[in-house]
Amino acid sequence: MHAAVCATAAQAQAPPPKVGPDFPRPPGDPAAIARGQRTFTVNCGFCHGSSGRGGEGGPNLLRSPIVLNDQHGELIGAIVSNGRVARGMPKFELAEDSIADIAAYLHSLDMGGHKSPNFNPQSVLVGNAAAGKAFFNGPGHCTACHSIDKDLAGIGSKYDPPHLEDAIFTAGSTGTFGLMSPTAPPIRVTVDMPAGATVSGRLVELDDFDVTLIDDAGNRLTIRRDGDVPRLHINNPLQAHLDLVRRWDDRNLHDLTAYLATLK
Amino acid sequence: MTTLNPVNITKPLHIIRPLHLTRQTFRAGLRSLSVIAASAVVATGAAVAASGVPPEPIPPLAESWPTFSGDYSGMRYSSLTQVTQANVKNLTLAWATRLAGGSDSGGDGVFSAAGPPQIVGGATSEPVVTGGLFSSAAPISVRGSILEHHGVLYAASPDNAWAIDARTGTVLWHYYWKTKGGTHTSNRGMGIYGDWLLFETADDYLVSLDARTGKERWHKDIASFPEQYFAEAAPIVIENHVLVGAGNDGDEPGSLKSYDPTNGELQWEFHTTPMKAGDPGASSWPSIEAARHGGGNVWTAGSFDPNTRLYIFGTGNPTPAYSSIAREGDNLFTCSLVAVNVDTGKMVWYYQTSPHDTHDWDSSQTPILVDGEFHGKPRKLVLQATRNGHFFVLDRVTGEHLLTTRYTPWGKWVQRINEQGQPVRDPRWDVTVGGTVLDIDGWTNWPPPAFSPQTGLFYLRGFENYGVMYYTETDPHGSMGLGGVTRGGEVALGSSIRAIDYQTGHTVWEHHFEPGQGYLGTLGSGLLTTAGGLLFAADQGKNLVAFDAEHGQPLWHSRLQDVSNGPETYLIDDHQYVMVAAGDMIYAFTLY
Repeated sequence: MHAAVCATAAQAQAPPPKVGPDFPRPPGDPAAIARGQRTFTVNCGFCHGSSGRGGEGGPNLLRSPIVLNDQHGELIGAIVSNGRVARGMPKFELAEDSIADIAAYLHSLDMGGHKSPNFNPQSVLVGNAAAGKAFFNGPGHCTACHSIDKDLAGIGSKYDPPHLEDAIFTAGSTGTFGLMSPTAPPIRVTVDMPAGATVSGRLVELDDFDVTLIDDAGNRLTIRRDGDVPRLHINNPLQAHLDLVRRWDDRNLHDLTAYLATLK
Repeated sequence: MTTLNPVNITKPLHIIRPLHLTRQTFRAGLRSLSVIAASAVVATGAAVAASGVPPEPIPPLAESWPTFSGDYSGMRYSSLTQVTQANVKNLTLAWATRLAGGSDSGGDGVFSAAGPPQIVGGATSEPVVTGGLFSSAAPISVRGSILEHHGVLYAASPDNAWAIDARTGTVLWHYYWKTKGGTHTSNRGMGIYGDWLLFETADDYLVSLDARTGKERWHKDIASFPEQYFAEAAPIVIENHVLVGAGNDGDEPGSLKSYDPTNGELQWEFHTTPMKAGDPGASSWPSIEAARHGGGNVWTAGSFDPNTRLYIFGTGNPTPAYSSIAREGDNLFTCSLVAVNVDTGKMVWYYQTSPHDTHDWDSSQTPILVDGEFHGKPRKLVLQATRNGHFFVLDRVTGEHLLTTRYTPWGKWVQRINEQGQPVRDPRWDVTVGGTVLDIDGWTNWPPPAFSPQTGLFYLRGFENYGVMYYTETDPHGSMGLGGVTRGGEVALGSSIRAIDYQTGHTVWEHHFEPGQGYLGTLGSGLLTTAGGLLFAADQGKNLVAFDAEHGQPLWHSRLQDVSNGPETYLIDDHQYVMVAAGDMIYAFTLY
């Protein structure tokens, strides 16, 4: 028994495992990468782009199966030394070490996928601020809940444009699923109990069989449901945002973002 | 022995095949009063152990669950009738088992029972810990099919596999694969050939285990790890073929591969995009370079028609997913239903359900093969509800298009349905630099649908999540993978089960669920329908629910945890079990 307790304590002290990328590759020698970048830029950059992502006629090398499967230049070297004449790539007389450097450089670049190196937050501002103001005060019905002098004062300084747009869309809540996230304002539920009584409070959980709420005195109540009995009345303060979700016209969203971005 | 473990005597005994000495066939030999068969077992046993045991033919879904969908049709319709609309209210927990994974799956024998035998494999000595939503260190979660075969269950989650006594839930062995990385989305389950199990790993291996012991027989590379493939599909065993595919979040091309189940040798490979000039579909791409980076990955299992020898499967989205400027054209054979001859790997027909997809909506959903009347004429059909929100009916022998309907409310991205029945996108809902509001996850995903011949209804778990997607790659040279990004916010409007009449494509009933919590919870899990007039499904998360398959009313439920796979059913000792996984738990219900 004692031994088992000690083992558990030892496990608890073990350092957490180091989290790495999905497709790890041993890190290259920084000096080789730097040499490789210079050699690549001079010899290869014109066709393949200085970042390796393709250029004048040459394909993107970051997603090339040859480059990806290469370890230390053994696959890349054959192409560099022999050329691909039929495709317009000449031979290059480069020393084996230089080719290994080029390989180290290419392998140091991220392949991409979910990464978005060219994403510029300011580029999101494509809308018309005046039109956004009109939408805010008119068909958007935003003023029913919001005021640019109160809750939205200075909002353009709080968020960069894409996060501002996202905040409009998800009603300012964060997390994967905005309106169900812990930061969303509470959803209120009122339950019609037998004999005309009601209970109400903050909705915690709801499915076909149970509803759980925390009432204003702080009591947690789970009430069994059987079809429509008892009846529930749900008041979601973000309902207006939910109602817009299917209806958004991108232009309105862009205009509104452009307008709110001016509220510095 | 036979009293404890009655064998279904209606199952044919294949004495012309080399038999093996499993408990099942041994008893079957005794039960079928064949002294010849019993001696054949003994005589051929040794030779069989060396050369492999041919699998038994897979019958329509009933007593056992020997392949991803239970049988080859993809219907997930069981002919078992013990559990009915009338008695389902008495369905009771038979057992619940928690699965332990990783290198530390055993109990200590003091505070808890000693664990099952553990077998460790892998292509690296130190397992790699990957991060993010699909981390290799994520808690155990069974998000695929569990096989039931001769009274034993075989379950998998990424890097882990277990054998479990189907009567008691006792874990018989645990196999742990030390991973070198890869995107650990899920493991969709195993395949079985005789006594040999087969499953894929996130770092691109096909692993074969001895089902009796969990000992590894071999593992083979099935895709390039440096090219960033990751494998999760359930291998489909069809006679002497094992069909596998892999996913890729970069933009490497897809293929379906067939391996020999005895030794893991490659038999054939079918590329889902053109690989060289003149290949079929090449004219649907601007260049072969684009096609060779065009995606169309095969990350889910298909269905099989033994009569036509056609394996019919769905393909993934084209890449780059959102920035499509460098891939003008239809992008064949991405987002398509493809039928290949299982013996040759040659394509017999295809039908593209999403020409030139620009929304990352793959068509990887399980196709369902149905023999039924269609508009008054008996036909061999294939039905598929795809992630783009459309339901398709085709003739599965020829690929002839018969019906398209949209089953979702959000259709503004569709300009029209063309003469071939394909939705044509309106480019105004392509992703832009300023951000585009999008049904961001599509309407369905891997969770398998179901079809009941009793009701004629196709059952689909759908969900409705929206987000703002930004176009990030304006340089066509640089476009890779997605070419789009969100800022993380999504709005979930909930999910539903839809029952679609395959004759009309119209939804006959729909049951709505409020949004669940957590990303995977919102996607739902798979469906099961039975001859007892039932449809089993998880709700927005925690409840396993039995619905009236015809009308959609809930008749029974049990609150578990977040249900993570499609419910299944099997029959042992004349008891019908209903089984489902919820993360690291497996629950089996029955009637007493």
